[in-house]
Amino acid sequence: MNISRSISRRMPKGRHLVIGVPFLWLFLFFLLPFIIVMKISFAEADVAIPPYTEVFSWVDNTFTLIVNLSNYIFLSEDALYLAAYLGSLKIAAISTLLCLLIGFPMAYAIARADKAKQMVLLLLIMMPTWTAILIRVYAWMGILSNNGLLNSFLMWLGVISDPLQILNTNLAVYIGIVYSYLPFMVLPLFANLVKHDQSLLEAAADLGSSTYNSFWRITVPLAKGGIITGCMLVFIPVVGEFVIPELLGGPETLMIGKVLWQEFFNNRDWPVASALAVVMLAILIIPIILFNRHQAKEMEGRP
Amino acid sequence: MKRFSFSNFMLWAGFAFIYLPMLILVIYSFNGSRLVTVWGGWSIKWYVGLLDNTQLMSSVMRSLEIACYTAIAAVALGTMAAFVLTRVTRFKGRTLFGGLVTAPLVMPEVITGLSLLLLFVAMAQLIGWPAERGIMTIWIAHTTFCSAYVAVVVSSRLRELDLSIEEAAMDLGAKPWKVFFLITIPMIAPSLAAGAMMSFALSLDDLVLASFVSGPGSTTLPMEVFSAVRLGVKPEINAVASLILLSVSFATFLVWFFAHRAEEKRKKALQEAMDETTGVHQQDGPDNRRDPSQVHA
Repeated sequence: MNISRSISRRMPKGRHLVIGVPFLWLFLFFLLPFIIVMKISFAEADVAIPPYTEVFSWVDNTFTLIVNLSNYIFLSEDALYLAAYLGSLKIAAISTLLCLLIGFPMAYAIARADKAKQMVLLLLIMMPTWTAILIRVYAWMGILSNNGLLNSFLMWLGVISDPLQILNTNLAVYIGIVYSYLPFMVLPLFANLVKHDQSLLEAAADLGSSTYNSFWRITVPLAKGGIITGCMLVFIPVVGEFVIPELLGGPETLMIGKVLWQEFFNNRDWPVASALAVVMLAILIIPIILFNRHQAKEMEGRP
Repeated sequence: MKRFSFSNFMLWAGFAFIYLPMLILVIYSFNGSRLVTVWGGWSIKWYVGLLDNTQLMSSVMRSLEIACYTAIAAVALGTMAAFVLTRVTRFKGRTLFGGLVTAPLVMPEVITGLSLLLLFVAMAQLIGWPAERGIMTIWIAHTTFCSAYVAVVVSSRLRELDLSIEEAAMDLGAKPWKVFFLITIPMIAPSLAAGAMMSFALSLDDLVLASFVSGPGSTTLPMEVFSAVRLGVKPEINAVASLILLSVSFATFLVWFFAHRAEEKRKKALQEAMDETTGVHQQDGPDNRRDPSQVHA
C-alpha cells in the first residue's frame, strides 16, 4: 500500500494533463506553424487562394514533391534583402548596446534603493511595457517632427535656426527602439543585481580595490546572466521590429521586419515572405537558444 | 554625496525619458487647435468626437472582448506551463517544453504572425477550420504569446513558495489537484492577477499579430490606430492614445495595488501564525510576541 501510494504520488493522474495541455497548445500554435512556413518558403507565388503553389501533392496515387529554391535564390540575388538583414542586425546591435548603457545604471540604482522605494521604482519601469508600443512610438512622432516640440524647443533656445530633420531618419528609429525596449533591459538586470551580496564589494574595498576595479571585476561578472537575458530580450525582437521603423524610420531605414511586412501585405508574395522569415529565424536561432537556456535556468530556479 | 551618484542620476534621467513623451501626448490631446503643433487652449472636443466614431468604438469593443478571453486562457495555460517547469523535474521532451514556453517571449512578432496565419490557412484547407479568420484566430495568437509572459511571472512566484505546505497537505492525504486548487492557487493568486493583467494589456496593444491573423471585418483598435497614425499625427488619435495610456496605467496601478496589499496581508498573517506557534512551543506564555496578534484579532 505504501508503495502504491508513493507511486501514485510520483505519477499523479493529472500529471499528463498538466504537461499535455500546454505542450499540445504550444506545439500546435507555435512549433507547427514554423514547419508550415518552411514548407511554403519552397512554394511559388500564384494567383490563387491561398496565393501559393502546393509543395507536395497526392494525385493519382503518386506523390510529387516540388522543392523550389527560387525564393532563396531570389533573396540572395537582390541586394535589397541582404542590406535589410544587415541593417536590422546593425540597428539591433547598436540599440541593444545603448539600452545596456542606459539600463545598467538604472537597474543598479533600483537594486540599491531601499525596499519600500524599490517596489514603486519597479512599477514605474514596468508600467510602460504594458502600454502599447504603437502609442509610445506615436508620442515620439509628435515630438520629433519638423515642427514638433523638440525642434521648436531647440529653436526657442537658439541652438538651431532651422528645424532638424529627425523624424524619418535612423536617429528617430534608435530613439524609438531604446525608448520602447529599455524596460526589457532594466527588469532582468534588476532581478540579477538585487541578488548580489554587498559584502563582496565591501571585502574588495577593505582589501584596497577601487570602486572602478570592483565594478568590473565583481559586479559585472556576477551580473552576466542578467546582461545576457536583457540583451537577448532587446536584440532578438528588435531584429524583426516592424512598427518602429515603419512609423519613425525613413527611406534610409532598411529593416527586415518592414520588408517582410511589405512582401506579405503589399506584394502578396507569401512564399518570399516565408523565405524571409526562415532566413531571419536561421540568423536568430543562436541568440534564441542562448536566451532559452538562461531563461529556463532562471525559471527552474537552478543556480 | 551618495544621493547624487551616477546611477541615481541615470535612473531619474531614464524615468524622464520614459514618461515625458507620454505626458506630452496626454497634454496635447487636450489641445483645442486642429494643428497638432500649435497650442489652441484646453479642450475636450476630441474626446467627445470619439464617441460619434462608430467604427472606432466597435473596434474598441472587439479589442476588449479579445483581451478578456486572452487573459483567461493565457493565465490557465501559462500557470500550467509554469507549474510543469518548476515542479515536474523530469519527463520526456522537457528541454523542448522549456524552449517552447520561453521562445515566444523573444520571437519577432512578424515571424509569429506570419507563421500562425499560414497555419490557419493550411488548417482551413485541410479540415475546414477556422473557416474565417477573426476574433477566434486573434485570440489563439494572443494566448500563445501571452501565456509565455504569464509563465515567467507565475514561475518566479512558484519558486519562492514554501514546498513544505504543499507536502504537508499531500502527507495528510489531499489529492494533488486538491492541493493545487486549495493551497497552491491561493498562494500564487497575486501573480495570477498580475499575469492576467499583463495578458490583457498585451492583447489590447498588439498590432502585428492581429494584422496577420485577422480577417475582414475584425479590425482591432491598434489596427485602427495604426492605419490613422501612418498618415501622420492627428488630434483624434492623440485622444484615443491618451485614453488607452491612461486606462492601462490606471488598471496596472489598481492590480498592483491590490496584489501588493494582499501580499502584505498574507505575509503579516503568516508572521503572526509563526509567532503564535513559536510562542506556544516555547511555553513562554503571553509574552510580548503574542501581543500584536491579539491586537489584530
